[in-house]
Amino acid sequence: MTQAPATPLITDEMRAEIGKESQPWTCEVDKTAIRMFARSVGHTDPIYYDEAAAKAAGYRGIPCPPGYLGTPVFNPATSDSTFGGRRGASPGPQPSRPLKRVLNGGTEMELFEDVCAGDELTATSHLAEIEERTGSIGEMLISTNKTVYKNQHGKVVAISTGTGIRY
Amino acid sequence: MAATWNDVSEGMAVPELKKNCSTQQLVQWAAGSGDFYQIHYDKDFAIGTGLPGLIVHGALKNAFLGQLVHDWVGNNGRIKSYGCSYRGMDYPTEDIICKGVVKRKYEENGEKLADLEIWTENPKGQKTTPGTATVRFN
Repeated sequence: MTQAPATPLITDEMRAEIGKESQPWTCEVDKTAIRMFARSVGHTDPIYYDEAAAKAAGYRGIPCPPGYLGTPVFNPATSDSTFGGRRGASPGPQPSRPLKRVLNGGTEMELFEDVCAGDELTATSHLAEIEERTGSIGEMLISTNKTVYKNQHGKVVAISTGTGIRY
Repeated sequence: MAATWNDVSEGMAVPELKKNCSTQQLVQWAAGSGDFYQIHYDKDFAIGTGLPGLIVHGALKNAFLGQLVHDWVGNNGRIKSYGCSYRGMDYPTEDIICKGVVKRKYEENGEKLADLEIWTENPKGQKTTPGTATVRFN
């Protein structure tokens, strides 16, 4: 461990962001998008392509493969052309010293219910945790974001947790 | 054949899933996932950002691990949770071997569960994407 810097990277304004829920966005789940996703991964299980096979296996319809929870509805006026999500969202309060680089640390997914073609999910996200550490790449700010997905019946079907590292 | 609850034992290996991404697959993934960041299909762009060349999307490796677990359990259960960390980059046309091992078999709140350690391995044998999964059996 190196000596801790005098001023923490994390400001009070950043801490105040923890738990604040974002505006909701809609993720559409449809057959064609599921097939495209499954094809791109290389899935061979027919449940991801054939409705009859999915139903025979006990699903309401073609299910989402792991890692897929619908596609955010694209709006050319407000969506990011590269990533498809909302663009120009405020980056939020910044650390006390500027950090230039970003790494995607990892993803965790909890799945509570089947999500199948025809479902429509509503997602909201919030900053769950923020911490600072000093490692081999220097000062790091580690943010944990949680996204909660509800289906059209208001039931929480999945929670994804993403870890972002700024350094 | 998909594993059943009776088949599962602690220490058992999940059948390997071998991947090797063509640039075509990375383009398919861009469309399938909606992530069109150019470092995954435009070599000049990737090199311009300081990368050695094109790299495989982290989320695609996450999805490969999801396929590893899904193919293991098939329709004898469901993935209850799974995830991974992105520790190292992987490159097109290099093998990405997805592996897993059962760490724990147990029943909790009436559910038959198995915890797995899962990971991807590059041709040097390095675990570039380590993770865990919990599977609920019927």
